[in-house]
Amino acid sequence: MIEAKNVHYSYPSKIEALRGISLTIRDGEFVAIMGQNGAGKSTFVKHFNGLLKPSRGTVKVDGVETGKSSVAALARNVGFVFQNPDHQLFSESVEEEIGFALKNFGFEAKVIEDRITWALDLLSLSQYRKTSPFLLSGGERKRVALASVLAWDPKTLVLDEPTIGQDYEQKEKLRQFIMQLQTQGKTVVVVTHDVEFVAECNPRVVLMKDGKIVADGQGQQILTDPAMLELASIVLPQIAQVFAKLSVLGLPKNIIDIQEAKTVLLRAKEKRGQ
Amino acid sequence: MALIEIKNLTYTYPGGSKPSIDDVSFKIEKGEFVLITGPSGCGKTTLCRCFNGLVPHFYQGEIKGEIEVAGINTLEHRTCELAKHVGLVFQNPENQLFALSIEKDVAFGLENVGLSREEMRKKVDWALHQTGIYDIRERSPHEISGGQQQRVAIASVLAMEPDIIVLDEPTSFLDSLSAEKIFEVIYRLNREQGITVVLVEHRLDLTAKYANHLIVMEQGTIRLEGEPRDVLCNQETRLIGVGIPKATLLYEMLKKEDFSLGNKPPLDSEELADQILEALK
Repeated sequence: MIEAKNVHYSYPSKIEALRGISLTIRDGEFVAIMGQNGAGKSTFVKHFNGLLKPSRGTVKVDGVETGKSSVAALARNVGFVFQNPDHQLFSESVEEEIGFALKNFGFEAKVIEDRITWALDLLSLSQYRKTSPFLLSGGERKRVALASVLAWDPKTLVLDEPTIGQDYEQKEKLRQFIMQLQTQGKTVVVVTHDVEFVAECNPRVVLMKDGKIVADGQGQQILTDPAMLELASIVLPQIAQVFAKLSVLGLPKNIIDIQEAKTVLLRAKEKRGQ
Repeated sequence: MALIEIKNLTYTYPGGSKPSIDDVSFKIEKGEFVLITGPSGCGKTTLCRCFNGLVPHFYQGEIKGEIEVAGINTLEHRTCELAKHVGLVFQNPENQLFALSIEKDVAFGLENVGLSREEMRKKVDWALHQTGIYDIRERSPHEISGGQQQRVAIASVLAMEPDIIVLDEPTSFLDSLSAEKIFEVIYRLNREQGITVVLVEHRLDLTAKYANHLIVMEQGTIRLEGEPRDVLCNQETRLIGVGIPKATLLYEMLKKEDFSLGNKPPLDSEELADQILEALK
């Protein structure tokens, strides 16, 4: 469980990036943190593994106060994948990159080998096992960074903009994988601008603006509220846009799922026909 | 003659085991808005690097075939000669901004061309106005938002008055509202200034409506090419794993259920909503 209480954070430049954030994320939850560039989303999640410590307030992960614990001690439980993969990749081959943390955590050679194979397969990277990460495309490097964290199987996973540069198929795989993690009771926190991705996952959505939380609720509610989204500089998902424009028909507006959209429209058509 | 003409292009990076671009041929006409999409690693970025000669002059490697951009053979001419014709905007603007003020960043390319002060001033101001950042021109590019930074990057290439602007996922680091505003800026430059646009994107939900030429790549080859509405409704596009706009998908799903919509597949929510309203009138 992650518990943030009245968290404030100021960068050394005195810019106050977080201005009193309180949020509880329970085990097994899937949370998307959304909001404008500069809203403080990345700053906030960096508190979960102690990369940043609150200037005021507390962050507790499973009861341990991150301000009083080291990143090394927290990392085993909270895996963090950065926005820009080049900030975390450094090895000569994809295989070494993924094995690095596993070695540091003291896993046995056989286990390391198995975990590397598993992670490569999961993220469609097997063919690049011996390749240098720096020869790969932007989207592929992003997946290597993700694989290297997934490999050690942390209890909580924090993904900062995981869908950047990913094609539709990779996003779909990521979505299915996150769903699978949830059934194992893992906690997943995603920082993202990708409103279509969030619409497809329908997780709990936390909206941030100017270092504060302005909304917290189920994706289907938040992503179909035009006033709220505008505040956070987010465009409605395309299906919600369609229903916003169909208001004269008296149809429900809180629809983000394409199958549900189809059902509702077919029913409306039937009614007209009668 | 086409503005960009590529014939049987095959390119392999140094140390690469197979070609990143494999026997590709296509033409881009002046004034087109071209969208290039395809699975990650399919060769989109590499293709962009060919347009201004970064491939092969900077990246080296092995190249075969012909590329002509604005009448210039890029294999025989250097990137700096092509810079007047082709402007490249990258995914992350931080990688291309460096000056102390926005207007200095925008002026940098022109300083290297050797223009008079007045001429330069005029072009820089024009580019700043076109991208909506004139009022913040004296600020540092490092203290503005990501959306503004990407506008600075676009203004910097625009100041050179290129024939073609090539943008490689220019908004992937931006929130969706900032992204939409950037696409509007690009679209306006295409329509009003007649600048040819080549945009690499995965997010067709946001961009398909602007394009009149869609190219789908897979494993270094061009799999489909044509009018966006035709390409997006082609089953093969879906099999390649391209993210079809939800409005287009919903249109097809409804059509299958005998929902009488028009014959023009929609590219955005507005077009679909209009067709639904018409059907349920």
